[in-house]
Amino acid sequence: MKTELKQILQQVSGIDGIPNGAYSFRINGISELHNNSENTEIVKKSDKPGIDVVVKPNTKGELVHIPTLIDHSGLNDLVYNDFFIGENSEIHIIAGCGIHNDGMHATQHSGIHTFYIGKNAKVKYEEKHYGQGQGTGNRIISPKTIIHLAEGSSLEIDSAQIDGVDYTKRLTEATIGDNASLTTKEVILTTANQTAYTDFRIELDGKNSSCSIVSRSVAKGESKQFFYSVINGNNQCQGHSACDAIIMDYATVKAVPDVTANHVDAQLIHEAAIGKIAGEQITKLMSLGLNYEEAEAEIVAAFLR
Amino acid sequence: MLEIKNLSFQVENGDDKQKEILDNINLSISSGSFVAITGPNGSGKSTLAKMIMGIEKPTEGQIFFNGEDITEKSIHQRAKAGIGFAFQQPVHFKGMKVIDLLSLAAGHKLDVEEACSYLSQVGLCAINYIFRELDNSLSGGEMKRIEIAMLAARDVNLYIFDEPEAGIDLWSFQNLIQVFKNLLTKTNGIIIVISHQERILEIADRIIVLEEGKIAKDGNSGEVLPHLMFGVEDCHFYGRRVNF
Repeated sequence: MKTELKQILQQVSGIDGIPNGAYSFRINGISELHNNSENTEIVKKSDKPGIDVVVKPNTKGELVHIPTLIDHSGLNDLVYNDFFIGENSEIHIIAGCGIHNDGMHATQHSGIHTFYIGKNAKVKYEEKHYGQGQGTGNRIISPKTIIHLAEGSSLEIDSAQIDGVDYTKRLTEATIGDNASLTTKEVILTTANQTAYTDFRIELDGKNSSCSIVSRSVAKGESKQFFYSVINGNNQCQGHSACDAIIMDYATVKAVPDVTANHVDAQLIHEAAIGKIAGEQITKLMSLGLNYEEAEAEIVAAFLR
Repeated sequence: MLEIKNLSFQVENGDDKQKEILDNINLSISSGSFVAITGPNGSGKSTLAKMIMGIEKPTEGQIFFNGEDITEKSIHQRAKAGIGFAFQQPVHFKGMKVIDLLSLAAGHKLDVEEACSYLSQVGLCAINYIFRELDNSLSGGEMKRIEIAMLAARDVNLYIFDEPEAGIDLWSFQNLIQVFKNLLTKTNGIIIVISHQERILEIADRIIVLEEGKIAKDGNSGEVLPHLMFGVEDCHFYGRRVNF
């Protein structure tokens, strides 16, 4: 694997090479380097680009890696990955997309991920997006995630756009069944002229279903961020969304939380807070010996942690 | 050694009038001293403390620390010169954990054991706190104790505590006193505590009373404290003594 690909693999997956367990690497638009584990089978789709990740019922403690790595400037990669998680399974999936663009052409990855999470299964899904390279071509990552949570199941999503992504439009749609829960925490950093759209559409259909949608972001330079969150409480349920953003320089941040109760026992909360770094936070860290720039960097790093 | 010479601070008071917050303060505090600064609300105590840390700039006068004129130095330069400050209102940081702040204060990454030792000094069951975020989930009293632990973690010669007792429960109070004593023993530096608390005033080597931006009294606790207590009957300040 080339140095640049190894660099971005490390950034998005925290690994330096081939991991243990089940994995599937997508490199420059081609699915390669597959491995199955005893309970997790990865099947290449025959009708369109992408894979099916099939986890047997009652699987416990398996880790699945599915990184996407691109260093071909100008590539426009569209992939469909479907996840079939068996009943009572507990599984951890580490996805992520890294683009190294040294060229002048826009490079784009659009991952359409659909989760079918079986009864009482528990899934943790990590997804990091990262861009690097000296080229003038944009690095674009636009995922769509569709989630079906069966009775008693749960999905915890940690997503982070850590650096270097010029444009993203991410859409997450979920239907949540009885006693099922969705927890998402997204972290986004935009700089320069980057733009990030993030859009959640959640249907709390099940009795005692719940969701927590938390977004923390920092917008620097002349970047733009747009956060939309729609939660519909259609049963006895609990829904919470929170968008917390630090705005710096000449950036723009828009947050539109939208909650609708269609059931008398739906409890829905939304919060949105946008503001610059508080002066007292800078003062406090300067009183510990940090200069202004160091204090600002610590505050931003902690906020996005 | 901390020396304050002819320090004044004025602010606009509307109608183009100047309000004197500090009026020609002169002070000299030697190393190895535990000094309490007290006085009624609005007397300029916190402003004086902030002047020493560099958070506020004086209108006139100079501040010398260990022989160096620090009047024009920034907050972080003073921090590097050996001045530490515990805020009256501790600051919240979303995402920053207690151990992160303690590490920044100590100047190096603390391990769990070291971080716990600072929190234990202020009566917190450390392991329950070190990985907590410094956000609104912590109570005012918890934040206050973490702020004191933070300053205890700093390796400085001048420790300034601005009303550290506010929000501290009775059980923790003795810990607080012990933190001051330990820091004084460890550093042989200067401890300045802005306080209204009789029990802190009692153990101070020296009490400075500010009134209307001026030093009204300055002496050891034996000299100053009886006058403060005498003032109770006149409702001078301390409307009532608090009995524990």
